[in-house]
Formats: sequence, C-alpha cells, structure tokens
Amino acid sequence: MIQLNLHKTLSSTGGKMALDLDLTIEKGHFVTLFGESGAGKTSTLRMLSGLLKPDSGMITVGGTTWFDSRSNIDLKPQQRKVGYVFQDYALFPNMNVRQNLEYALQKNQDNSIIRELLEFAELEELQHRKPETLSGGQKQRVALSRALVQRPEILILDEPLSALDLKMRIKLQEYLLQVHKKYKLTTILVSHDIGEIVKLSDSVFEIQNGRVIKNGTAADFFGLNKTSAKFRFSGEILKIQREDVIYIISVLIGNDIIRVVSDPKEAALLRIGDQVLVASKAFNPIIQKL
Amino acid sequence: MDWQPLVLTFKLAVITTAILFVISIPIASWLSSTKSKFRPVLETLVSMPLVLPPTVLGFYMLVAFSPANAFGSWLNDWLGIKLIFSFGGLVVASVIYSLPFMVQPIQAGLSSLPSTLKEASYTMGKSKFTTLLKILLPNIKPSLLTGIVLSFAHTVGEFGVVLMIGGNMPGKTKVASIAIYDEVEALNYAAANSYSLILFTVTFVILLLVYLTNGGYFKRFSQ
Repeated sequence: MIQLNLHKTLSSTGGKMALDLDLTIEKGHFVTLFGESGAGKTSTLRMLSGLLKPDSGMITVGGTTWFDSRSNIDLKPQQRKVGYVFQDYALFPNMNVRQNLEYALQKNQDNSIIRELLEFAELEELQHRKPETLSGGQKQRVALSRALVQRPEILILDEPLSALDLKMRIKLQEYLLQVHKKYKLTTILVSHDIGEIVKLSDSVFEIQNGRVIKNGTAADFFGLNKTSAKFRFSGEILKIQREDVIYIISVLIGNDIIRVVSDPKEAALLRIGDQVLVASKAFNPIIQKL
Repeated sequence: MDWQPLVLTFKLAVITTAILFVISIPIASWLSSTKSKFRPVLETLVSMPLVLPPTVLGFYMLVAFSPANAFGSWLNDWLGIKLIFSFGGLVVASVIYSLPFMVQPIQAGLSSLPSTLKEASYTMGKSKFTTLLKILLPNIKPSLLTGIVLSFAHTVGEFGVVLMIGGNMPGKTKVASIAIYDEVEALNYAAANSYSLILFTVTFVILLLVYLTNGGYFKRFSQ
C-alpha cells in the first residue's frame, strides 16, 4: 500500500499553486491520476519517485517510510524502487536499445531479464538500433521495458501514450495491462484519455488545483454503472446534424465513426468535441455526456 | 630556426588543456544544475578572463606568486614550488586564463540536455557520478570537443599573461608568441614570419577540424 500526504507550493505558468494531496493506493492496483494540465499530477509522481522534494508531508510504501518531513527522512530517487516512464521517454541517445536496458541493471543482477523483456516487448530485432531511429511506439516500448529492468514494485507512467496514434495506443494499452499483471506491479498512470482510463485502471483520482476532488473505480467515476446496457463505448462527438425531427450524432469510437439518433432535447446538451458514452439497451440507443 | 619555443608552446597547451578538462567538468556540471545563490558569483569569476586584459591577470599572479609575498613564500618554503618565471607558473596562469573556454561549452552542452535523462538514470539507482560519466558526457561530445580545442588554441595564442609571469627565458618560458615578439624587436623578420606562419597554419587546421566534425561533415562522408 502506498500512502501519500504531500504539501508543496508549486510555481507554474499561472502563478503559484498549493498542492495539498492525500491519497492511498492499494498494492497491485492500476491507478490513474486524471485532471487538467497543471493540476499537479506530474509533480505528484515526481515527489513519489524522489525527483521533487515536498515542502512537508509523508510518503510510505508498504510500511517503509520514503519521506517524512517531521523526522527528516528523505530517500534519494536512487533508493526508491520505482520504474519511471517519462513523457519524452528519456532514452539515452548514446546507447542502443539493448544498452539502454542493460544500463538499468542493478549491481549483481542477473541479466536474463534483458532477454525476457526484449522478447516480451517484441524488441529483439531492434535491439541494436539507436533510439533516434525508432518510431514513437517503439521508443515507448523501450522506455517501458527499461523501467522494468530493476524489477520495481511501483511503475509510474506519465502520459505514456499521448503522443502515439490510435492503433499503436490500443496495442500498447494491452501491453501495459499484460505488464502490470505479469510483474505484479502497482501502476500509477497519468492520462487524459477516458477510453484508456476505463480500459486500464482499477481506480481513478481526479486532481484539480493540487487537490483530489473525486475518486472511485473507473466505472463509477465516469458513470458507466448508471446504465445497465448491452453494449457501451466511449467516444468523441464529431458532428451533430438535424434530420427532420431527430438529430443524428456522429461519434468517433476507436477508429470508427458511429451514427446515433438523438432527440432534440438531448442533442441540445451536446457539443462537438464532447466526450460521450454510447450505450444500447435492447433497441434503444443511449447517448450520454461524460 | 630554433624549434624550442614551438615545442614549449604545444607542451604548455597540451598540459593546460588536460588539466582544464579534468577541473572544468565538475565546475560546469555544478553550474548547469545548481540553484545556489553563489552560482552567479562563480560564473562571473570563471568568465573574468574573457574580458580582463591578460596583463591585469598576469600582474596579480606575479604579485601573488612572488616569494616576497605571503602566498608565494608559503608555496616556496612548504611545497618547494616556484611559480614565477617557471614553466609551472605558466601552466597555472594558462589554466586560469583559459578556464572560460573549457567551462562554458561544457556547461552549455549539459544545460541543453533534457533533465529527464539524468532523472531517468537516478530512478534506476545510478549515482550522480555514474550518470555524468555514462549518460551526460557521452551525449555532449561536440561540446567537449569544442572546449578542448578552444582551450588549446587559446593557450597557444596567449601572450600577455605569459610575458608577465613567465618572462622570456629560452627553454623554460619563452613560448612561440613571445619568440615572435622577440624576433621582431631584433628586426629578424624572417624568423618571426616562420613562427607566425606555423602558428597560423596549425590554429587554422585545428579549428577547421572542429567545425567539420561538429557540423557532421565526416559523418556524412563515412556513411
């Protein structure tokens, strides 16, 4: 179990902001931090991994204290067992794929894990390539594999898939889930993509202006449990079109555009670009704003 | 022609550059990452030789190292080091005089690397030293090369500091730039021209190699 109690004054582009967080993450869970840019998500991850020092507060992980401002405990990032996948991947340009992974080996660690990870991420053929020659999805897989070399208990993913195209994103979401289960990790993800969050996470914390304003399971969180539906998908509204007395709403779900009928009253509440949930109960499609 | 001044010049430049390389990396690394309020002070001190007349620097070093003064006599009595009018003194003076030419390119190189590279290495349990050696320095090779070459060329070209602190002792402190001055004073233009031409050519070739390397010319060529 990870307990975070963090206070820190952050100076961002919009002036100063007081981060004041209190969260508990169960061991083995896949947790998402969700919220607008600048809400304090990345700072939270940086404080957990020891890259940023909180002004005051406490961090305990599985009964061990990593940070405690009252008794002056502050473990260095080197001493915390955290695998960190950065938004820009942070692959070492002077090393090839294999060397990037090997660098992360701990003293006296058996290097069979390198082969296992390369194989699992389907990187064997790319192992002698330099990072600059890889595509975004390949770099992401290298970064993730590299974070796993030291067998961390906690995996931190800071918007790992935001720069990738949809097809690659879906593939890597699967991969993330497999990794999370296979290595029995506690995974903390920062993401804006609701589909991704629903698909991956056990629980979600919404952070706004440095505070947790809402938390729950992903399904509770986005209201998916309110409808008992035969099918349901989340997507984005592309077009709202009037046809006689009804409205036709085009929603992008995955790579497909789905057209859903809606009555004028419902349609009036929807705007292009809204994230919506499309569900069906028998013959009656429901479209609902998230 | 007497080759001694040229040999002395390049010996001085090689030793100075080697010492500078070793001491500038920690300085540049500290300057590129610190938030300390002393940073501007140290940055200023490192950069002073860029703007200060070399004679000013030479004058103060002459005063400081003179056995007639406290520091100089301490060096002389306790360590047996005599820094004025000696080759050792030239090395010390050159190191100080060329410091910005080594520190600044390395500092700029380190600052240009994304901070996540360093952070990623820390989260893998690697020390600051390992990170510097295995990750940061290998990724700023062009900056290192620039630092090395600029310091080398700058040391070859120094005159004022050397004259103040080293004087003009053949085989000990008479470097090429001073030899040229000497020959001109003696109206021996042919010898002055030989020295000058060699310095001119060598400096040109060195700088050209740097620009070609950093511009990726050789890489394109070899691919």
